[in-house]
Amino acid sequence: MLSAQGFGGPGKMKEYHYAGAVENRFSPYAFNGGTVLAVAGEDFAIVASDTRLSEGYSIHSRDSPKCYKLTDTTVIGCSGFHGDCLTLTKIIDARLKMYKHSNNKTMTSGAIAAMLSTILYSRRFFPYYVYNIIGGLDEEGKGAVYSFDPVGSYQRDTYKAGGSASAMLQPLLDNQIGFKNMEGVQHLPLTQEKAVQLVKDVFISAAERDVYTGDALRVCVITKDGINEQTIPLRKD
Amino acid sequence: MITTNLIAPEQSPVASNHQLCFCLVSLQPSGFLTSCNKEGGVNIEMNHGTTTLAFKFRHGVIVAVDSRASAGRYLASNDVNKVIEINPYLLGTMSGSAADCQYWERLLAKECRLYRLRNNHRISVAAASKLLCNMMLGYKGMGLSVGSMICGWDKEGPGLYYVDENGNRLSGRMFSTGCGNSYAYGVVDSGYREDMTVEEAYELGRRGIAHATHRDAYSGGVVNMYHMKEDGWIKVCKEDVSELIHRYREGMF
Repeated sequence: MLSAQGFGGPGKMKEYHYAGAVENRFSPYAFNGGTVLAVAGEDFAIVASDTRLSEGYSIHSRDSPKCYKLTDTTVIGCSGFHGDCLTLTKIIDARLKMYKHSNNKTMTSGAIAAMLSTILYSRRFFPYYVYNIIGGLDEEGKGAVYSFDPVGSYQRDTYKAGGSASAMLQPLLDNQIGFKNMEGVQHLPLTQEKAVQLVKDVFISAAERDVYTGDALRVCVITKDGINEQTIPLRKD
Repeated sequence: MITTNLIAPEQSPVASNHQLCFCLVSLQPSGFLTSCNKEGGVNIEMNHGTTTLAFKFRHGVIVAVDSRASAGRYLASNDVNKVIEINPYLLGTMSGSAADCQYWERLLAKECRLYRLRNNHRISVAAASKLLCNMMLGYKGMGLSVGSMICGWDKEGPGLYYVDENGNRLSGRMFSTGCGNSYAYGVVDSGYREDMTVEEAYELGRRGIAHATHRDAYSGGVVNMYHMKEDGWIKVCKEDVSELIHRYREGMF
């Protein structure tokens, strides 16, 4: 993979004007784009991500989803630097196995979230450049979403968008799911069908306006009956 | 006879410039850290910014915090819980870097629990705050950002300590931390009386946070307020600051 050094900042091309000798330092990070989104309902959770893997002006792959299945009731979405996403998910899988062998039970979503927080914080001084969102069912069977920052601070939410188009998607979710900035509207609980349709619409909007989001959308719907995956095409340009 | 002079590593001219180095000579991992927050490198934004306040009065300790978490210019969340309930007699507030505060105060909660199990009595507020202070001193200068108030009720009565990432540990009657603290200090200092009633104290705490969030861009959301009493803490309220400001505005001007 090209080092991010030819580019100034996350995904931006540096202007090429002659400025004399310039030192090109090796950067251990790259920004591979991608958007992740998770929504928690009464008895379901949805984790969705686009499948584009990019770097600077290039697209490395159109089929690289960012949702990773952890257990039968938990899915994690990771966006940011793809190298760190892969390593982080490998570490989480290993820790899940260790827990299963020591405690003879599967980790619950809340426990995975707390564990991820300490894994991320263990690299406080050389962070994993990953924006994580965990979606799953809690012990009572209700939908749960946990969102993280790169160094491990986390909290439980009802819905959260992360990654390159997060600043565009989060306000739309605040309005449609959180009913913010709407007066005199009945607060209807979110049904699974409506939530899936909303997620598709929201990603179509993201693909329109964010260059790093597009190609296809992978939606994972988590219910007590298991995890259902769908792939929907998005704009390829 | 030929004798061989062994040059000690410290004396050799080449070795003096390098410590024992197994990585490439020109690359120091610590160099990567400077690029994390600069324009040339990747911009990793961590959750930050707050107003928290706490004050002691006749009937205990009032703790009030806002609930905003910002990552650079982006508002990561408007309903973060910045008070950690260590045990029914101890509370810790969080300001500064969200990850640092969450991690170290959870560790503090673990240590307090272990203390209780080993010594068969609850840890004092002074000791709990000192544990946190020493954790901070272990990483002094490395860039942690923690501004915390440890509040509780123990054998000495109500306790309030301020602990920060430099290792400062102060006992006091009133503290406010975070980027909105100056606004909160103004409001609480002007309304504080040691013999306030409980309702007056609640209103003072609410106003302190509400006015601070009104003027500080990095504070906002809801006011989470706790009251530490002799028999433990209670959660008083969780009110949206915009509504509070509207209410105060009715009475203002």
